[in-house]
Amino acid sequence: MKTLFSDLYKKANTGFWPIAIAFAFLIIGTITLFQNPRSLGAFLILMTTPLVLYFMNMPMKIKVFIGLLLIIIVLPVIGIKNIFILEVIFQMAVFSALALGLNIVIGMAGLLDLGYVAFYAVGAYAWAIFGSKQMSLLYSIPGAAPANAEFFLDARWFWLFLFLGVGLAALMGILLGLPVLRVKGDYLAIVTLGFGEVIRVLALNLDKPINLTNGPQGITPIQRPPLPPEGVLMFFRSFLEPLVGHEVSEAEFYNVMFYFLALIIIAIVIVVATRLEDSRIGRAWTAIREDETAAIAMGIPLVKMKLAAFAAGASFAGAMGALYAANRTFVSPETFSFQVSIGVLTMVILGGLGSIPGVIFGASAVTLLNIQILQNFSLYLSDLRQSDAVIPIINFAWKDLSTQLDPAKYQKLVFGIILILMMIFRPAGLIPAVRRQRELGEEKE
Amino acid sequence: MKQFAANPVYKFFLFPIGQILVFALGASVILSLATVLLAYIFKFNVTDFDLVERTMLILPQVIINGLTIGFVYSTIALGYTMVYGVLEFINFSHSEIFMVGGIVGIQLMAYFEHAGILATMNEYLVIALAILLALVVSGSLAVTVERVAYKPLRGAPKLVPLISAIGMSFFLQDIVRLILSLTTGEFNVILPKFGTFDEFWKIAIPGMEDPLRIQIKSVLIVGVAILMLIILNFLVNGTKVGKAIRAVAQDRPSASLMGINVNQIISITFLIGGALGGAAGVLFALKATKLDPFSGFFPGLKAFTSAVLGGIGNLTGALLGGLVLGLLESFSASYLGIFTNGAFGAEYKDIFAFAILIIVLIFRPSGLLGQTVGQKA
Repeated sequence: MKTLFSDLYKKANTGFWPIAIAFAFLIIGTITLFQNPRSLGAFLILMTTPLVLYFMNMPMKIKVFIGLLLIIIVLPVIGIKNIFILEVIFQMAVFSALALGLNIVIGMAGLLDLGYVAFYAVGAYAWAIFGSKQMSLLYSIPGAAPANAEFFLDARWFWLFLFLGVGLAALMGILLGLPVLRVKGDYLAIVTLGFGEVIRVLALNLDKPINLTNGPQGITPIQRPPLPPEGVLMFFRSFLEPLVGHEVSEAEFYNVMFYFLALIIIAIVIVVATRLEDSRIGRAWTAIREDETAAIAMGIPLVKMKLAAFAAGASFAGAMGALYAANRTFVSPETFSFQVSIGVLTMVILGGLGSIPGVIFGASAVTLLNIQILQNFSLYLSDLRQSDAVIPIINFAWKDLSTQLDPAKYQKLVFGIILILMMIFRPAGLIPAVRRQRELGEEKE
Repeated sequence: MKQFAANPVYKFFLFPIGQILVFALGASVILSLATVLLAYIFKFNVTDFDLVERTMLILPQVIINGLTIGFVYSTIALGYTMVYGVLEFINFSHSEIFMVGGIVGIQLMAYFEHAGILATMNEYLVIALAILLALVVSGSLAVTVERVAYKPLRGAPKLVPLISAIGMSFFLQDIVRLILSLTTGEFNVILPKFGTFDEFWKIAIPGMEDPLRIQIKSVLIVGVAILMLIILNFLVNGTKVGKAIRAVAQDRPSASLMGINVNQIISITFLIGGALGGAAGVLFALKATKLDPFSGFFPGLKAFTSAVLGGIGNLTGALLGGLVLGLLESFSASYLGIFTNGAFGAEYKDIFAFAILIIVLIFRPSGLLGQTVGQKA
């Protein structure tokens, strides 16, 4: 059976076939999704295209062409038709960037950081505080905002804060790193966890003595960067509206804009991460990860390199934080809980420590699982509950199923199971890093 | 003198009690002195009332609260420190073992209440039964967790079992929530009201207007915790199993060569640590009166901090660390608001624990009593 499959795969992986398969997934996915915008299956078919592109043999040019076709044309158009899909992809992009950042810290440098969400929070709160009315409310009681408060900065300042978020988060990474990098391994994990909680508690309580974060209510509204000028929008409307069949509103343009912004950041992050991996710094990180003592003996400046890892990892999260705050127009401390840190860790572990394509795959898969598959499963269960269906053999009526059984609320369970199973059965991840494969190969020889 | 020290009554009873008393008294006295000193310094910032007088007035209550929670932390911290001693890894899911113990205890009491016999039963018997059940359930859960999630990973790089432990922690939180919500439709569990624990003993102190109020609950918690600490001390230092545990902690390969079944000893360590954690859970539940599947997280983290504070791998250290941390937390929660005139309050007490953890790890990674190896490279 196994050989049958591998033979089939080999046959399909030669010559013209891979291109045909990739196009087939792309076209079938697009058409079915266009007809049923709410269908999860169609969405999954479409999202298999990148996997086919990654795994199968075909010329690089064609891979890039199909990829760009998917990213630049198909997804935005379908996204405007069904805004939820664009939202899912935006979240995938946000978490991919976070996971890529964490991957530098854990996968490349081998430092377990359980408070990664803190840097995300720093970026988000930076724009949230300055990009909202919060600066004019510093001395008012939370919840009792005067009506005449004004936005502190113009919305265009967002572009600066995108970079400022990077800098601020990197700075926080260094500030945290300086004292704690003297501790090793599992202690570091707990200290960073503590740091993440400290940031959350600060965000929760800094509504007094001066009202900086507005406490548990969070900050809203946060400004979004301005859309491109009306002429550009009209140009896009002219050919988008016949395609999707309804008027494209400003909110939908905003979603598309944020989608592209996230993509641009992801692209930059991927380039930076790949370049870092093969650079002198990246090799130093690998050396530290494999054997700290030997790395010091080889003359690698240990603390400097660890700080660099912390700063680089943190900076990605900072940029995504600012983008997230603008996209949601709302931040609250609950967005930055420990669960998010572990969620990002799960993505990195699932995809493969140190593997850039793996991490992106992990982030996409976990995000999809969280906000689409579990959600759909919940809906399915609640449908069953309302029906008269009965499980035949044990005679269990679906009506009696407890309403507490709501899979969408059990993300922690999913994270936990993934982490344990991956650690026991596939510690290198689903798409292991190339460097690790090489190591394992050598051992076998 | 040497003969006297070897006397079992002294070794397993008088000495540990003396140690506990010295730690509790010493930590309370030092912290009280520091607080009063601070009160004198800050005195001129506060004009509405006399800061020193206010400080002295609530001091006994703060110390009692701190000791109560401190003993709970100590009991949990022992679980962390024992496992760290033999396996050198942070058993992240210990906080969930603790939480399960508390919830099981409360559920037993709720069951008695449901059966209508809670009011007629002896209250101490109820608590003893709850603790006993928690000991069994948490102990066996800890052993199961070790078998399932940690044993296959022995010998893997250090981060691998730690990540698995984090996964286990999340898994247990949600699985408990799932079970509770499917069976009771509600995942908060509330301690039923019974007995006279919430009442206070009033001790009049000459020279003070208000009598000192000691909640019976606090005395009970401290008493049970001390009892368990003594039993643990006997187990580890006075029995053959304890000797084996210490041998494995010191040098696993050599212990294995000496004919010790290392896997069995590791399981026993998890059993003892988990059972202690479960009992601590019941004690914590008595104090908190309400638990949910996520309420193990912070006490667990603080207990870990206590273990590090005292010197991880060191049982006496865990006891001292727990007491110090409990007292520090109680002091910061009570006095931060008063000293800063309300700008910062009790909500920062969680940060305090982490700040202590970071400071200890930077300046004295081996902990207060750290003659242990600390972290091997």
